[in-house]
Amino acid sequence: MSPLSERIQDYLPLLLTGLWQTVAVTALALVLASALGLLWSIMRSSGSRWLELPARYVVEFLRGIPILVVLFYIYFVMPELGLDLTAFQAGVIGLALTYSCYIGETFRGGIEAVDKGQVEAAKSIGMKHGKMMRRIVLPQAFRIALPPYGNNVVMLLKDSSQVSVISVAELTMQGKMLASSTFDNMTVFTMVAALYLCLTIPLNFLMRRVELKMGAAK
Amino acid sequence: MIRFENVHKSFGKHEVLKGITAEVDKGQVVCLIGASGSGKSTLLRCVNGLEDYQSGNILIDGERVDAHAASIHNIRTRVAMVFQRFNLFPHMTALQNVMEGPVQVLGEDKAEVRARAEEHLRRVGLADKMNFYPSALSGGQQQRVAIARALAMRPEAILLDEPTSALDPEMVGEVLSVLRDLAEEHMTMLIVTHEIQFAREVASNVFFLDKGLIAEHGAAKDVLVRPQNARTQEFLRRVTHPV
Ligand SMILES: Nc1ncnc2c1ncn2[C@@H]1O[C@H](COP(=O)(O)OP(=O)(O)OP(=O)(O)O)[C@@H](O)[C@H]1O
Ligand SMILES: [Mg+2]
Repeated sequence: MSPLSERIQDYLPLLLTGLWQTVAVTALALVLASALGLLWSIMRSSGSRWLELPARYVVEFLRGIPILVVLFYIYFVMPELGLDLTAFQAGVIGLALTYSCYIGETFRGGIEAVDKGQVEAAKSIGMKHGKMMRRIVLPQAFRIALPPYGNNVVMLLKDSSQVSVISVAELTMQGKMLASSTFDNMTVFTMVAALYLCLTIPLNFLMRRVELKMGAAK
Repeated sequence: MIRFENVHKSFGKHEVLKGITAEVDKGQVVCLIGASGSGKSTLLRCVNGLEDYQSGNILIDGERVDAHAASIHNIRTRVAMVFQRFNLFPHMTALQNVMEGPVQVLGEDKAEVRARAEEHLRRVGLADKMNFYPSALSGGQQQRVAIARALAMRPEAILLDEPTSALDPEMVGEVLSVLRDLAEEHMTMLIVTHEIQFAREVASNVFFLDKGLIAEHGAAKDVLVRPQNARTQEFLRRVTHPV
């Protein structure tokens, strides 16, 4: 076998393309999941049964299905229903749907934790529900929801490795292929783990910084 | 201007207001007194629809308050509320708190509202705190901001629920003195309070609430100085000479 440093240099380009895919899948899924999660949480705290119930059922439903099954369903079943998706697209959608539930629950927890006195104060100056949510409740709810939201982001990043099962060439997938062609499991998977840590450690650090800053501005 | 006609309110099976009939006239300062649990807060909250009521009428200049009707938003802009625990918006400065209603709800011109809001804050003695967040203000200062926030709506009346009872004793005075000024300007106010001395000074009228009914009401000097009702007498004896 060639020396370690050489092997690392050999493997790195391929793993970096995988890393890039991981970042892309995660980022896109995060944006979608956050938007959907916000929607679910707003529907569930709207006070209208016609909005509350559908959101509740969607969330209960999605939360009860393993993420792998969601991915298989979107990638393999959707085409049969006439919706052709690339593996990348299916991966983003599957992750986004699953995580919209977690993120939605996180936001909802934040909304519910806002002091009831805030709602009363907003009402007492004549605010209607929509404006009250936008200007008074949500800004405070986001602040409360930020730490668990940060956890969701890190978990989503790690769970993005699941999309390897539908052959998205992200970091885990690249690692697996590289390992099976070189039999150098130890080096390859150590590198894969290290590359994940290169993302998650700064992310954790960033989240803590933002939290501190928001806590100070309060 | 605020008229109660046989108002009944229950929480589930528990009847809290058992037929309230009374009236607050324009320019009056009415203090609402009574033992804990007698329904003072509930009555106040019914006036601006933070609670609904089951029967009877609450009328604001003839317009019926209905917590479930679309008209409630408009009524709330006419009758402001000050809370025991201030309830300032923590993510906004004092000035932004005061400007929020007029700009966002009434849709008034921002520059104009700002000038007015600054004036209100100056009047409650907070000229130098306008850009502070609530967390950087003392309780007394926060409550004065809350009063300025209410005033900025240019309400026809203000409801205040124990505005000083969450304050440290040394801050009670600064808030009461703001209310005293408002009373002198004949701002219509309905104030739930345990400050009998303050009520004696500023109230034109007093309602004594006992177990969901107004047991006695009338001019402040009569009710507070020469109460007729035995329960009022007992209540006043208890709060003015605490054991
Ligand atoms: N949201 C609610 N649900 C159920 N019961 C309530 C609710 N709010 C108040 N009550 C009950 O109604 C009664 C009157 O309460 P209220 O808060 O109006 O009294 P209060 O006169 O303001 O008392 P205090 O001086 O302690 O503030 C009490 O028995 C209270 O337990
Ligand atoms: Mg009360």
